[in-house]
Amino acid sequence: MSITIDRNKCSGCGKCRDVCPGNLLYSDTEGMTYVKYPRDCWGCTSCIKECSFSALKYYLGADIGGSGGYLYTISEENLMHWIFNSPDGGRKILTVDRNKANKY
Amino acid sequence: MSLQTEIIETDILIIGGGTAGCFAAITIAENSDAKVIIAEKSNIKRSGCLAAGVNALNAYIVKGQTPETYLNYVRNDSEEVIREDLVYTIAERLNEVTRKVEELGLVIQKDSNGEYISRGTRNIKINGENIKPLLAEAVNKKQNIKVLNHVNIIDYILNDGKVAGAYGFSVRKNIFYVIAAKTVICTTGGASGLYRPNNQGFSRHKMWYAPFNTGAGYAMGIRAGAEMTTFEMRFIALRCKDTIAPTGTIAQGVMAPQVNGAGEEYERRYGAPKTFNRLYSTVTENKSGRGPCYLKTTGITNEQKDELYKAYLNMAPAQTLRWMECGKGPAEENVEIEGSEPYIVGGHTASGYWVDTKRATTIGGLFAAGDVAGGSPQKYVTGCFAEGEIAALSALEYIEDEIIVVPGTDEIDQKIRTVSGFLTGELGMYSAEDIEDAMQKVMDDYAGGISSNYTVNLKKLAIAEKRIDELLELSKNLKADDMHQLMFIYEVIDRLYVCKTLIRHLEARKETRWRCFQENEDYPDKDDHNFLKYVNSRYENGEIRIIFRILVKKDDNYEHHNR
Repeated sequence: MSITIDRNKCSGCGKCRDVCPGNLLYSDTEGMTYVKYPRDCWGCTSCIKECSFSALKYYLGADIGGSGGYLYTISEENLMHWIFNSPDGGRKILTVDRNKANKY
Repeated sequence: MSLQTEIIETDILIIGGGTAGCFAAITIAENSDAKVIIAEKSNIKRSGCLAAGVNALNAYIVKGQTPETYLNYVRNDSEEVIREDLVYTIAERLNEVTRKVEELGLVIQKDSNGEYISRGTRNIKINGENIKPLLAEAVNKKQNIKVLNHVNIIDYILNDGKVAGAYGFSVRKNIFYVIAAKTVICTTGGASGLYRPNNQGFSRHKMWYAPFNTGAGYAMGIRAGAEMTTFEMRFIALRCKDTIAPTGTIAQGVMAPQVNGAGEEYERRYGAPKTFNRLYSTVTENKSGRGPCYLKTTGITNEQKDELYKAYLNMAPAQTLRWMECGKGPAEENVEIEGSEPYIVGGHTASGYWVDTKRATTIGGLFAAGDVAGGSPQKYVTGCFAEGEIAALSALEYIEDEIIVVPGTDEIDQKIRTVSGFLTGELGMYSAEDIEDAMQKVMDDYAGGISSNYTVNLKKLAIAEKRIDELLELSKNLKADDMHQLMFIYEVIDRLYVCKTLIRHLEARKETRWRCFQENEDYPDKDDHNFLKYVNSRYENGEIRIIFRILVKKDDNYEHHNR
């Protein structure tokens, strides 16, 4: 399980580092965030949700079906947009309204 | 590397800022001016097992049901061995704590009359993705609660046989903490990572329970001599294969039955649909050559599929990503299921601290609530709130006659020397990770892991016991070169103490009460005559001593008599 961080988008703000329940994210010598322990990631997406710059992407290990796709989120007031990118370049967005309960 | 010491005094120390810990802190702040510290090894905004969110509240008294019917359900599902007093006192509070969490901002679905919409007889529908941020926000608003994020607690401070605070260290800075308190509430959660997990290598932490819940609360209690109960009733989750995402949402949401490789619905062949039976039936179908097993979802509508996608985003986004990536969703392909590795977790089964009805442990000054407290299975999220509330009110009563006692310099220095010992000297032959791998292998091979279909026998357990003791010895020589690695060392040591206790409990229950959860090949039948009782234990002089106790009933007000 893990995430990748796009250094070109990361501002080094540290919000993701602060919330990771495994304390897995660290700051490098240039102040950018990196994943120090990628194999220890639970895949909870807490860090992804903190990022205002869409710098973090969440992906599945190849051992559990990952094939190059990834997702990230964009928050917009009560809406949480989940953006999926498939390996073939396709893109799909699922939007969850935080003010509505799940049907299931 | 040298450690700076910081001594802090507070009225009440809460260890672990998850569901139970945050709710306990809020309860104290609403009922008193007592000073509270929450010590949390990551950040209460997303720590604990609800980091990704939760999809439903699974313990609620819906219309037509009562706390008694809830108790009956738990008693029946757990084959009678529960603490009725604990389950009932939780059940009585479930709806009130739910209302309180709704006030904090949790979205709960209601009908046109303003009634919560139920999902089955005990569950209600919510949007729980942000349940932890909501709790953290409520905690942060209270003036008398101080949160110490990124502080890993390692042991209790004992004064005259009573708990008087705890020692810990920062995961990020070279600080050693001495937190002196009139009382401590332990809410550290359960223990994952004891057994070799379903996924290894890159995805080794793609597991059911939070991999960061390492059994610290159990371990520090064990080391301090607190009585523990029912560790042998392990929890093993039936999950979606690979992503280890929940199956209940599919099973209950679109009414998907469990089918085997031949497409046959098999669950009813195995008797009552109890929690452990859903797993046992799946394991047995596989063992008998009728696997793989699935949740039959093919043929669901596109609307149902989209709703499943959204439901999983709010608790286990890996499953939605998996569906998206493989190009086939649950409407086109059944969802394969498998059992997870075993966990010790008191919110689902009955493992944990042996507490009285007020949630006091057997050590004075120490209360426990949530996944770390035993005796009351199926408490789930709302039950953890309820138990956090009960423990908080009991702790407030307790501190009325207590004073803060800061440990003496000698005692503090001795503890710092122990901790510093891991930070000085050459790195040894083994790392904490190596010891963890070895422990998981031992537990898998000899203490009923996935590879043995979860069964144990006394000969194998004896090997496990010996090997875990050897690993405990080896762990004393581990070395760390930063604070994070120091945390890794304490985590593996804590897990080893939990394993040591668990093995002795598995040996002591000479029957089979909960298939897979506790299944003894030497004693394959349930034996009510001899084992309709609790298996408890205490750690004394380096050994785990087993204590059998008779069942506690609903209206008993259980008190400890032998502290």
